[in-house]
Amino acid sequence: MDTLAPLVLLTPLAGFLVNALFGRLLPRRVVGWVGAGSIGLAFVFALVALSQVLGGQRLDQTYFTWWQSADFNVPFNLYLDQLSTLMILVITGVGFLIHVYSVGYMREDPGYSRFFAYMNLFVFTMLLLVLSGNLLWLIIGWAGVGLSSYLLIGFWFERTSAVLAARKAFVMNTIGDVGMVFAAFLIFLNLRVLDYQGLFSRVHQLPKGGVVITAICLLLLLGAVAKSAQLPLHTWLPDAMEGPTPVSALIHAATMVTAGVYLVARMHLLYDWAPAAAATVAVIGGLTALFAATIGTSQVDIKRILAYSTMSQIGYMFLAVGIGAYAAGMFHFMTHAFFKALLFMAAGNVIHAFHDDQDIRHMGNLRAGLPITFWTFLIGTLSISGFPLFAGFFSKDEIIRSALSAPGADFWLGVIALITAGLTAYYMFRLFFIAFGWEWLSHDDRHLHEALPVQTVPIIILAVGAVVGGYVPVASFLSPVFGHAVEVGAGAFIGLAALSVLVALVGFLTAYLLHARRPDLAVVWRTRLGPIHTLVEHKYYVDELYDRVFVRPGLALARFLNDIVEPRVIDGAVNGVADFFLLEAREFRLIQTGRVGTYALWTLGGAIGVVLVVAAFLGYLPVRLGG
Amino acid sequence: MPVPAYSFLLLSGVLFTMGAVGFLIRRNPLVVFMCIELMLNAVNLAFVAISRYLNSLDGVVFAFLVITVAAAEVVVGIAIIVQVYRAGRPMDVDDLDLMKE
Repeated sequence: MDTLAPLVLLTPLAGFLVNALFGRLLPRRVVGWVGAGSIGLAFVFALVALSQVLGGQRLDQTYFTWWQSADFNVPFNLYLDQLSTLMILVITGVGFLIHVYSVGYMREDPGYSRFFAYMNLFVFTMLLLVLSGNLLWLIIGWAGVGLSSYLLIGFWFERTSAVLAARKAFVMNTIGDVGMVFAAFLIFLNLRVLDYQGLFSRVHQLPKGGVVITAICLLLLLGAVAKSAQLPLHTWLPDAMEGPTPVSALIHAATMVTAGVYLVARMHLLYDWAPAAAATVAVIGGLTALFAATIGTSQVDIKRILAYSTMSQIGYMFLAVGIGAYAAGMFHFMTHAFFKALLFMAAGNVIHAFHDDQDIRHMGNLRAGLPITFWTFLIGTLSISGFPLFAGFFSKDEIIRSALSAPGADFWLGVIALITAGLTAYYMFRLFFIAFGWEWLSHDDRHLHEALPVQTVPIIILAVGAVVGGYVPVASFLSPVFGHAVEVGAGAFIGLAALSVLVALVGFLTAYLLHARRPDLAVVWRTRLGPIHTLVEHKYYVDELYDRVFVRPGLALARFLNDIVEPRVIDGAVNGVADFFLLEAREFRLIQTGRVGTYALWTLGGAIGVVLVVAAFLGYLPVRLGG
Repeated sequence: MPVPAYSFLLLSGVLFTMGAVGFLIRRNPLVVFMCIELMLNAVNLAFVAISRYLNSLDGVVFAFLVITVAAAEVVVGIAIIVQVYRAGRPMDVDDLDLMKE
């Protein structure tokens, strides 16, 4: 066990090093093997770890002390319990399938080895984040995930839009990183520990619901919100679609955005101790779920729709961990990883088939052209929409049920979640009907090619996961970490399930009516909804708002500093000093006559002066100097 | 009959003054050089005399050092004077004022 956890961590690192250092020299086939194989190997190790965790083992092993100063001790320790085991299984498992898919998807890209190096780095930093047993290494992994996402979003760096998107993601993430670092400061100041074991045992020394614990949890939440693209730091995620499609799949399914959910779940003892902060998590989650789902209904870029659906689904997870239904949140994390990776990779196939056109209105006729992609995408859509017996149905229902059966304000969050479920079904089937089109929608009959088997097989595997993932007993697996969830009576269970299915069905039928049966009605409704539609289509103008409030004043300040302060104040001071001495030197220059005699006279005068001063000090002259 | 120590110092002072005055008023670079040597050796005389007076070898060591430095300085100085002479410039130190400003 204590060698297994480092192995899980080190294989992606080894893959990264090999591809980063020698990738250019190796043949493409080897690069692909190393890139995907290292993650596959990590998955095998993770499976062995799972078998040992199921056997009742867990790990909190310190491997070395990174540094130590008085009572400030930073060990490198790995922490492997049921929660981190679930995380590493999904990260390496789904990550492996995405890597295999990338072998086909990126096969013609000139930056092939660079791509796999970054991807491996991404998985490595995410695993470090999850496996770390103390806050400092968690933050290092956290920042590493931000770095790798920056590198991958800006992978096609010759595109200006990709560079801008990468920068935006990095800046947004850094805001969260600052929150994390300050949370770690506060924890160390008050509890003198950074490792989880010590933290969890000492957290109860703080007053429950007090200022300190609430501040810590809110600062951690800031980090989680930035990393998981929740309100109000969400704007980087849709722009992150500039990266290659496998990157989107990796960011949305296996790594990165789920880090925030993991953080709250990992720190659940802290959040239990700070109810106000936990409520904030739930409210942010609920609002983001609804907010993103409404935006998703109006977009036309296939990847952007999926991006907003991720935001919305992560919102569900935040809602779950916020109201204390940690196992439900992690359950949804797992099923979401299956169907979201599936949806993204299938979308990648579609985008390739349409020669990098991402507008869903230009797509159609995919059932004949890309049959495998078509059917797997349909499974993913059914799963995310929460159709009965698919994976998404179980996990989403669990969250809605937990929220609705909770007292007070949480009930209304449950209502929001229910509405969002309907919207999810609507926008996903809208996407499906418009893009994947049935035959009766007239589209030009371009010749479409199904993707290579190396791309379709991972999708098929994920499709199986998106169907049967709901039967995995995640809640009971995680019960040693979170305790047992409150059981709901069978009657309430069936009633709530029927309610959410009904809502999803309404969403589905609306999409069917507006976008498959009567497209003319969609046009009518769009004009009828006028301003609301415009508002939603422009993503509530959040980007524009940030532009006005933060970006432009920042640029104006920078311009002021550059145009006024830099030349006048800073250069002025430096040049002023130089000018002063030049001016003064004009006087002193006259001393230099060039005549040896003059210099000799000065020298003699100086020598006599020195002798006189020394003599005066020693008391040989009738004057007194110094002592 | 022992010679009193102050007479050596007196001689040294006289020689040094002669050297210094010659250095300041003479124009011929060769003579100026000889004046420098005169000053250096006046100092050497003072060093050796006081060394003897104090029964210590420190002053003698310093005298040797000064002789060595003087030799090196003469080598460089004579070389410069020869070069100036070959360049056809007047042998007058007051006209050699390229260092002006």
